[in-house]
Amino acid sequence: MLGKIVVPIVAVLVFLGLWEALVWVNNWPNYKMASPSDLPPAFWKYKELFLVMGWQTLWRTVVGLFIAVVVGTALGMVIGFSRIAREALYPLLIGFNAIPKATLVPVISLIFIGQHDFNTILMAFTISFFPIAVSVGIGLSTLEPEYRDILRALGATRFTIFRKIALPKTLPEFFGALKVAATLAFIGTNLVEIVSPHGRGLGALFKSGETNGDYPLMFAVLIALAFLGIILYYAVVFLERIFAGWAEREAT
Amino acid sequence: MIENLIEIKGVKHAYATASGPLPVLDGLDVSVPEGSFAAVVGPSGCGKSTLTRLVAGLMKPDEGEVWLHGERVRGPRKTVGMAFQNPVLLEWRTIIDNVILPLEIVAPRMSRADRIARAMELLEMVGLTGFENKRPSELSGGMRQRASLCRSLVHKPDVLIMDEPFGALDNFTREDLWQTMRDLRRAEPFTTILITHDLTESVFLGDQVIVLSGRPARTQYVMQVDLPDDRTLDVLYTPPVADMLHILRDQIKIAQGRDVEVH
Ligand SMILES: Nc1ncnc2c1ncn2[C@@H]1O[C@H](COP(=O)(O)OP(=O)(O)OP(=O)(O)O)[C@@H](O)[C@H]1O
Ligand SMILES: [Mg+2]
Repeated sequence: MLGKIVVPIVAVLVFLGLWEALVWVNNWPNYKMASPSDLPPAFWKYKELFLVMGWQTLWRTVVGLFIAVVVGTALGMVIGFSRIAREALYPLLIGFNAIPKATLVPVISLIFIGQHDFNTILMAFTISFFPIAVSVGIGLSTLEPEYRDILRALGATRFTIFRKIALPKTLPEFFGALKVAATLAFIGTNLVEIVSPHGRGLGALFKSGETNGDYPLMFAVLIALAFLGIILYYAVVFLERIFAGWAEREAT
Repeated sequence: MIENLIEIKGVKHAYATASGPLPVLDGLDVSVPEGSFAAVVGPSGCGKSTLTRLVAGLMKPDEGEVWLHGERVRGPRKTVGMAFQNPVLLEWRTIIDNVILPLEIVAPRMSRADRIARAMELLEMVGLTGFENKRPSELSGGMRQRASLCRSLVHKPDVLIMDEPFGALDNFTREDLWQTMRDLRRAEPFTTILITHDLTESVFLGDQVIVLSGRPARTQYVMQVDLPDDRTLDVLYTPPVADMLHILRDQIKIAQGRDVEVH
């Protein structure tokens, strides 16, 4: 327990120390690379903005991720249970996933002009549902027939089999995918906030730092984003412990 | 008039494969009286697992009839218990919760206390008392298979269908489980079909041993095993058993399509 908290903190401190030293040794000016010691003043100066905009980024990411979980799981179920659906949907999904999402931002902004929250959530969803759909789909389609048969032989419905066996059995893969999806959803939100700025979210704060040549602010935003990303990641880990803790093996 | 609890008559079945239909069963006849134990042996890939799926109602034969308890099998039924070579225990459930799983389907109204009481009764019979709150991964292979047996019997099925349940175990563990199986049969009334590739096992556990031919399988030979119900492992080293094993061995060779001197 001590190691789980102390070790990461020490690692972060070492990282910040090296960063500071790097800037100091090279004698880089602020506009080339801000150093950690520049960051607290930047945070303090814009503390209200960080709170408000950080919250905007966070809630839109979480909503987008939530929709990705619902839609991704549903798609995964369709893919996992029906071979025809699998063969029909895989090429479409893979093709869609291969499109660089930055190119979609202007498209989405044009279709839903002015719906900034909606656009941002849509992008967070679009970029993050794929790993969830694939992992649920693979988890279900590779379920060993015996696992199905122990309940099917008793006349259990498909839904009961899904609820009691297939779903819990795919939870570890699902949470693995959810960790990836959480990070992706963040990227989606920020993509819209930066490429199609509308004055909301940490992306907008980054933009304003860029416009005003406030480099410490820009770095402070990056750190804030990393911080939110870590929080979201560990929120997923926390849920994983609760719902799929059984899959964890004791370290030996 | 159907007298036997399990009655399979003239069953034919073929799987649809990429290279056309693959006939797997062709002229299969099996009769198992109530409370009796049928061991089925046959060459690898001849269609034994297919037979278990037909009896369990998981699939329908192309031709022929499968009867359980005087009723045509048309689909899965709650009075069947199944066990496989892989114990398929659910890792997110404790042993006791694995064992009561069928009751959640078959007897949704039964109270949890009653379910647990029933499961504990079985766990005691197979010697797993004290392990009920462990996870499957904490048990040895033999113990997992015991838990799996409890699960297949917890809802008091009429018919127990086992597909090579002891196939992955070492010899000593397997012999232990044979005796557990014998004791379970004395305590609980069920009719059994056991698929096995171990002739000794088929003779020790079976009241009859059914030899299937190579694919497509038909009933090639049926041997009645007249050994006392309270047989111990020692019986395996007696001359009558040696003779039975010899005959079965020859039948398997025939099933595999090899020449053999007939005894
Ligand atoms: N769903 C299926 N579709 C197509 N072919 C199948 C299917 N299931 C089984 N087969 C084929 O049918 C034949 C019989 O299969 P089955 O599993 O019944 O044999 P088995 O006697 O249980 O074999 P083993 O001794 O290896 O357990 C095999 O050749 C197998 O490849
Ligand atoms: Mg088989």
